[in-house]
Amino acid sequence: MTQSLEKETDTGVPAGDPTSQRSTLARRVRATATAYGFMGPAIVLVLLFFIVPGILLLVLSFTNLSSANFSDPWSYIGFDNFSRLFSDPFFPKILRNTAFYVFTTLIFFNLGLALVLALVTTNIPRRAGFFFRLVWLLPRLTPSVVYIMMWQRIGQADPFGIYNQIVPGFLGASGGNLFLGGSPWTFVILTNGFVGASFGMIIFTSALESIPKDLITAAKVDGASLWRIIRDIKLPLIKWPLLFIATYQTLSLLTSFEYILLLTEGGPGLFTTEVWALTAYKRAFSSYFGNSQWAFGATWAIVLVSVALVLAVGYVKLFKFNELIEEPRIENL
Amino acid sequence: MRVELDNLSKSWDGVVGADKITLDISDGDLVAFLGPSGCGKTTTLLMVAGIYKPSGGTISFDGRVVNEVAPKDRGIGMVFQSYALYPHMTVFGNISYPLRIQKLDKAVIKDRVQKVADMMGIGDLLDRKIAQLSGGQQQRVSLGRALVKEPQLLLFDEPLSNLDARLRLTMRGEIKRLQGDLGITSIYVTHDQVEAMTMADRIAVMSKGILQAYDVPEALYDRPKTLFVAGFVGNPPMNFLDIEVTRDNGEFRAKSESIDLILPQERAEKAAAVKGKVTMGLRPEDLNLAEGTSGHSGPTLSGVAETVEPLGREDLVGVGINGVEMRVLVDKTRGVRVGDNLDLQVDPSKIQLFDPVTENSLLWA
Repeated sequence: MTQSLEKETDTGVPAGDPTSQRSTLARRVRATATAYGFMGPAIVLVLLFFIVPGILLLVLSFTNLSSANFSDPWSYIGFDNFSRLFSDPFFPKILRNTAFYVFTTLIFFNLGLALVLALVTTNIPRRAGFFFRLVWLLPRLTPSVVYIMMWQRIGQADPFGIYNQIVPGFLGASGGNLFLGGSPWTFVILTNGFVGASFGMIIFTSALESIPKDLITAAKVDGASLWRIIRDIKLPLIKWPLLFIATYQTLSLLTSFEYILLLTEGGPGLFTTEVWALTAYKRAFSSYFGNSQWAFGATWAIVLVSVALVLAVGYVKLFKFNELIEEPRIENL
Repeated sequence: MRVELDNLSKSWDGVVGADKITLDISDGDLVAFLGPSGCGKTTTLLMVAGIYKPSGGTISFDGRVVNEVAPKDRGIGMVFQSYALYPHMTVFGNISYPLRIQKLDKAVIKDRVQKVADMMGIGDLLDRKIAQLSGGQQQRVSLGRALVKEPQLLLFDEPLSNLDARLRLTMRGEIKRLQGDLGITSIYVTHDQVEAMTMADRIAVMSKGILQAYDVPEALYDRPKTLFVAGFVGNPPMNFLDIEVTRDNGEFRAKSESIDLILPQERAEKAAAVKGKVTMGLRPEDLNLAEGTSGHSGPTLSGVAETVEPLGREDLVGVGINGVEMRVLVDKTRGVRVGDNLDLQVDPSKIQLFDPVTENSLLWA
């Protein structure tokens, strides 16, 4: 308002004139109303589905709400849930599991394998490349429950699992217990990675294909080997999709638990493959003795959300996302 | 470096890109590959660069067949229409890239990059990002990157086509001067016949994957071997007219509805042997406006001015003669206007004649 008043004075209209003040105000209100009108639906959706649940979660984590607690629900218990969480004997293990699961899957599959697939399928004849990408998309086109069940049938111990039934036999050994029993993490990460890689693959492929052919020709003429072309030209030019996939997949892996739930339920044994999001789910909805500890589950979830937020901000800072905006060019000879 | 192309061909699934191109490039020459888009000039260039693998024929550098040699081992530098600069690197990063791949000493790289950049007049821009440069500056960086590794052969792929007209003129002279000074054998692909005429020691005219002619610019202009070359080289382009050449009592005459003129024997002899019509070519600069409208002082064509395009020094006049338009360059002081009746004087010693079926010249083929 101060600014507009000064302006009015500059143009010779008396600053104290109430009519001019009112018309300026009306104009401003109208402009603001239009803007909010357009943004309104989006604001409502974001509030309703992101902000409000977040707040509810936070509030919930300070209460003792659970299915066993009908007498005195919603009572404030301070940081009890949090201290219970951090003093949980399995908390370090779950934390380690989560970090291992997220970063192994991310580096070897969602980024690594995705990049390899994109580089390979863009360097072979177009049709062959298209075919292989389609094959890699199949798990994504399959309902995830069906996909997981198929893996389970493959990976179970002898005599149920296809792999353990057939392969050790060929090698002359007796029935094995590889995968689900013997090395559950390998199995969980493979199952996730084979689906996860296809997302990055598609994004990287389109980014690689949009690199001008002349640049590659120039690099070849400049003396670059295939490896140098990938390292010096292709990777830097798909930096933005790489960072995007890294950020996006970290966050989505952090909250993904449905594959582990269906494959191993966090087992075998105690918390072997249990990740944070799965713990939150179990505490809130399928806890021991039929007791759904909603508030305690919410506590796990709210801490996870905080970790995700910190990571997201970290990625944005680390990868200097704002540097992606180019400076204007200077037009002269 | 001497470059020889011998029956060089490229085709993809039956689509022919270049068909049996055979030509020799002498050491230190600048050769232009000239032709309309899709004529095979860039295809041929990319085979010389080693990007495309030839379907047939050989490429030799100084007598050594290099068909199987990778681009990086061919000792070439290349300049692109799109500049093809690495957008994520600075000017220094771009120019130094070929040297960094060779793993040269840092000080040596710095020294050589600075030298080349100074030569290109961009010595003070080495820290700039590519996006901060103008088109002309980018093309200089591109040229610097090609020159810094001291190549044996420079390949230009329409390097000036993305620049504005004025800058194109400056860079044209600069590239020519630089190439001459350094004496690096060069191939220069262009669709602009003025560029080819002004810069090249020899021009290879191509059309539909076939080498139409390979000669010095003056020869292509004065003695075109095919109809295509005649029509493509020269600006404004040559006029064509269907005529019949006959021989009466030892006198050769070119006849059509609109023309009847006597031809010198050495020009007309072959054409007279052709049954039916032949194609006569006349350059716009070889047609003169007859003084006055009557009094035929020589072989003339009569027509009406249909278009007048002022070019500054001259007017380019489109003259309609019995439904055929002939372009004529006329001194602007004549003040020709649309609708004027004009008599055009033909210089019979400048006439070109072509077989309309084979499209070969009846004078030089």
